[in-house]
Amino acid sequence: MTPRVGVITFPGSLDDKDAARAVRLAGGESVSLWHADADLHSVDAVVLPGGFSYGDYLRCGAIAKFAPVMEKLVDAANGGLPILGICNGFQVLTESHLLPGALTRNDHLHFVCRDQKLRIENTSSAWTGDFEIGQEILIPLKNGEGGYVADEKTLNELEGEGRVIARYLDLNPNGSRRDIAGITNERANVVGIMPHPEHAVEELTGPTTDGLGFFTSLLKSLVNDGKVSA
Amino acid sequence: MARVVVDVNLKPEILDPQGRAVMGALGRLGLSGITDVRQGKQFVLSIDGDIDDAKLVQIYEIAATLLSNPVIEDFTVEVHP
Repeated sequence: MTPRVGVITFPGSLDDKDAARAVRLAGGESVSLWHADADLHSVDAVVLPGGFSYGDYLRCGAIAKFAPVMEKLVDAANGGLPILGICNGFQVLTESHLLPGALTRNDHLHFVCRDQKLRIENTSSAWTGDFEIGQEILIPLKNGEGGYVADEKTLNELEGEGRVIARYLDLNPNGSRRDIAGITNERANVVGIMPHPEHAVEELTGPTTDGLGFFTSLLKSLVNDGKVSA
Repeated sequence: MARVVVDVNLKPEILDPQGRAVMGALGRLGLSGITDVRQGKQFVLSIDGDIDDAKLVQIYEIAATLLSNPVIEDFTVEVHP
């Protein structure tokens, strides 16, 4: 059976179609989930896409965390469901306390949009198994509030437990502490990343196809966990 | 009609680029002696009837979960009966 990967659309989500397309290109079936849905339609994994949910009012991701679908998502995340939050999705995950820390306004105050080099530092999460430790990838980055912050204790824990998924290379585009671009939770099923893997899945439109690795990693981990058959 | 004012500010250790930009502008306007500017948010809730303890507990809960993010922000609550 083809793995079914849900993509949640909040009012103001922008990259849900691209995320769904990336799921399909990787070989999965994309399932559209709506912010007001009361259940997750039995999906095998969920992507929280980029954009400006609820207009980024109050704080990025702050209002989305109270959407009906999020209540189910938090329970499912604690039960081990693989979840990838990209950009605004990462912000929703930190606001929901599924990932530690917070994303704050870029230290230089400007919105930044560039192709960003990253170094992959964790290949044991549900979304990064297809990469190699130390692998350098190039994917688009576009954010105004992408500065990752957490207290020193949390940062040390993340580093000590190998939970930094990817770090910015060459240039820190937003003032993120310790050049952190993405992290995972203790169980390694929930991943948040500020740059956009779903925009680097086809040569025609992306700078590379490096982003596809996140989605193929997921599908392989689902097969390996026996959640779906190959 | 009672009013409750919730002030939300970034914790002191969190960088505030907006406040820093405002401080830069103050310098250009010739105002000297300003050593720091922090930008926050203020929420003014207008509430029907009296504010009892139960209502106040609810307001604190909302301030701590929706109006502020305790990871990066502190808040204060002021009641104006």
